[in-house]
Amino acid sequence: MALPPSPMSVRSWRFRPHTNGRSCEATVPASVSATALAEGLMASASVPPAVLMRGITKRFPGVVANDRIDLEVKEGEIHALLGENGAGKTTLMNILYGIYHPDEGEIRIRGRPVVIRSPQDAIRLGIGMIHQQFRLVPTHTVTENVVLGMKRGILFREREARQQIEALAKNYHLEVDPDARIWQLSAGEQQRVEILKALYRQAQILILDEPTSMLTPGEIEDLLKTLHRMKEEGHTLIFITHKLDEVTAISDRVTVLRQGKVVATLETAKTNERELAQWMVGREVLFRLNRQQAQVGETVLRVENLHVLNDKQLPALKGVSFEVHRGEILGIAGVAGNGQRELVETLIGLRPAVQGAIVLNGQSLTNLPPRARIEAGIACVPGERMTALVPGMSIAENMVLKAYRQSAFGKSGLLDRRAVNDHADRLIAEYAVITPGRDTPVKLLSGGNIQRALLARELSSQPSLLIVASPTSGLDVGATETVWKILLEQRQQGRAILLISEDLEEVMTLSDRVAVLYEGEIMGIVRGEENNLERIGLMMAGALRLPREEWV
Amino acid sequence: MNLPRLQVERRLHTSRLMSTLALAVSLLLALLAIGLVFSSLGVDPVYAYRRILRGGFGSLYGLSESLAKAIPLLLTGAGLALAFRARVYNIGAEGQLLLGAIVGGGIALNFGHWPREVLLPVMFLGGFLGGALWAAVPALLKARFRVDEVLTSLMLVYVAGDLVRYLVYGPWRGPEERGFPYSSRFALAAQLPHLEGTRVHYPTLLLALGLALFLYLLLERTKLGYEIRVTGENPAAARYAGMNTDRIIVLVLLLSGGLAGMAGVGEVAGIHARLSPPEGISPGYGFTAIIVAWLARLNPLATILTAFLIGGLLVGGDAIQVALNLPAASIYIFNGMILLFVIAGDVFTRYRLRLELRS
Repeated sequence: MALPPSPMSVRSWRFRPHTNGRSCEATVPASVSATALAEGLMASASVPPAVLMRGITKRFPGVVANDRIDLEVKEGEIHALLGENGAGKTTLMNILYGIYHPDEGEIRIRGRPVVIRSPQDAIRLGIGMIHQQFRLVPTHTVTENVVLGMKRGILFREREARQQIEALAKNYHLEVDPDARIWQLSAGEQQRVEILKALYRQAQILILDEPTSMLTPGEIEDLLKTLHRMKEEGHTLIFITHKLDEVTAISDRVTVLRQGKVVATLETAKTNERELAQWMVGREVLFRLNRQQAQVGETVLRVENLHVLNDKQLPALKGVSFEVHRGEILGIAGVAGNGQRELVETLIGLRPAVQGAIVLNGQSLTNLPPRARIEAGIACVPGERMTALVPGMSIAENMVLKAYRQSAFGKSGLLDRRAVNDHADRLIAEYAVITPGRDTPVKLLSGGNIQRALLARELSSQPSLLIVASPTSGLDVGATETVWKILLEQRQQGRAILLISEDLEEVMTLSDRVAVLYEGEIMGIVRGEENNLERIGLMMAGALRLPREEWV
Repeated sequence: MNLPRLQVERRLHTSRLMSTLALAVSLLLALLAIGLVFSSLGVDPVYAYRRILRGGFGSLYGLSESLAKAIPLLLTGAGLALAFRARVYNIGAEGQLLLGAIVGGGIALNFGHWPREVLLPVMFLGGFLGGALWAAVPALLKARFRVDEVLTSLMLVYVAGDLVRYLVYGPWRGPEERGFPYSSRFALAAQLPHLEGTRVHYPTLLLALGLALFLYLLLERTKLGYEIRVTGENPAAARYAGMNTDRIIVLVLLLSGGLAGMAGVGEVAGIHARLSPPEGISPGYGFTAIIVAWLARLNPLATILTAFLIGGLLVGGDAIQVALNLPAASIYIFNGMILLFVIAGDVFTRYRLRLELRS
């Protein structure tokens, strides 16, 4: 009986290798004992806070992204900004960095009221930001990227800049070759360049937007070292995250945002993950899904020794083999960028296999075009949802994106509008997609509803195999729960499901078996049980490879 | 510090009213800007516009001339609307039109003895194939080697022009033309009938109207049209859904080229009754048709309206050139401004500007 692991345990594991991160809790000054509010008042009376945002409101068409937000970040602290996707964290920080302008509210930097009209203003005030998507020029060197946009005379004193960068890199444990070109660097190295960029611009206040999302566990450890070093050097850090373990591991204080509002500001040492989770979602988060015993049937998909190249023509998959059976969910775990995208694209026919075999229900699909694979019974909800949808077209037209060829939707080349509409109405009702109507363009739907609509469409063809990649990324808790329930129901009905996700919690909650993808190779396949968590973690970090005969 | 700031924000959705309004305002602004050009040339813009309107739409003669010019614009513009919907930017319709004229003209010159009921349809068919053939070059280059169709189709315009020039100065020059670069006049069977007392070659007009309707229905009511629209809006999704996007790119290029080729047949068989140097066959209908398609919001049915409108402006433009002694290029400025403003106006249907008065 595979018990669903509690997400908590997954989370606490994720940071176990870097328990040194917890030492920062001890560095919280002893004087921090009053309530957050009183603290704030006291602080403003003596040393003004590094950042004070008061009554910040930002509206976008149809949503209030930030609703009268108060945020106080003290000089020299690591302040976590915690919240679910869409809670307004990034918007708030984009305001602080001058990318957006607040509709209401005021900002003070070290007690001085400021108006930040652009990132240049922010940089002048000593604020730096590391965006989730790096803003680097891929064909330029590290040095060129770091100095880019700095107006220091007309000559580019490269040697001088290099020396400064090397000194900074050494001081802050940011190892990176100043002459390397960006495209040659890993995500972790690129992030170091971004941090160097901010330090080179003498940023005292540094905003990091979900800095760990693209990193391997080892790189996360390095990042934490750097962050501590920066704190020692007197920098103030704002750390955007939605991961509870990161908050407890490195922050001094945490401000929790929910639906555009501040719900709590807490001292990290005086709270715990469970309490933070409740603040974050406003209800008990730990929904335990009942995963019943799998009724595993015959093999549906067999992938044998698959070799695939990435866009740069470098090996992305190196001899990947696995099977998916009826009535089971096979989870593919791994840190993003280890071949997941290429695997999905190869399975649905958008990327050629260099070598190897893809067999569905005994029929070889290797290098057949996408259409043949759809007709053979492969359905897919890709990680980038908008590549599977036409955003400007109506829900009705999107619901037949694959099925329109069938004679049910019109004979002799004609498109039967009524059949298309009926089909959409049926799916909208069956999957409870919330929409003003079937004629609404899909781009107006929320993320959760888009995902429901996509699942509805893909399942409507009764496929033998459903591939889902990061099915809940960007979704709120409620939508996540719905998607997970749909997937487990489908499994119960005997569907074969291949789940590819960077979210280990998701993989562990849903999967009967877990294969770990690391640098284009399967490191091992184990049962999706909690007691395998440690081994899965080691495999994700490339530190463990199970011999083939131990795979399940 | 208290200067008002202009903010650009993305609109979530564009309503039909919004996009119609943007179109109207763009046209108005274009007319204002052109008015400035007129003023700089020492012409009262209000007077100039009045002359243009009177020239194009103010008399039966003007209307018939506008209609005659609308025919090639409609055929070509409807085809371009289809191609642009698939986000295939065929800029070389002018060349495809000339190829149609060559093939149609070649048939007319060599098979003039055939009965008219056979000859004319064969000429149109040949013109379609000629235009499609010319468009096949950028189509295959794009589908096979991802070469930008804007460049290749545009460059081929000049090749087509030289081909026409070569023929009318060389092998196809009519012996009775006393050295002028014209082919012989087409036999009567190869000439299109007109509405009484006008230059409106109505068979081509009917063909154009029918094809515009056909292309509209193709886009909105068939599976192929669905594939074209999906390919244009999100090619990644089209490939994901198993659509052969290369096939669609080739198809819309061939269709739009073919329709331009038929327009070329219409011009030589309906207006000139002979082949002449390229400037004589078409005063840039293939380029003006881009405006026709864009003004129609890439809806083939709406090109019926916009082709007539632009046709009228061309006729009116001709009229003021003579009456006000304006340079011949002024009509191109006119057209260019309209396209510029219409495309720029499109931006405002997708983004909104907000004036922030507070700092």
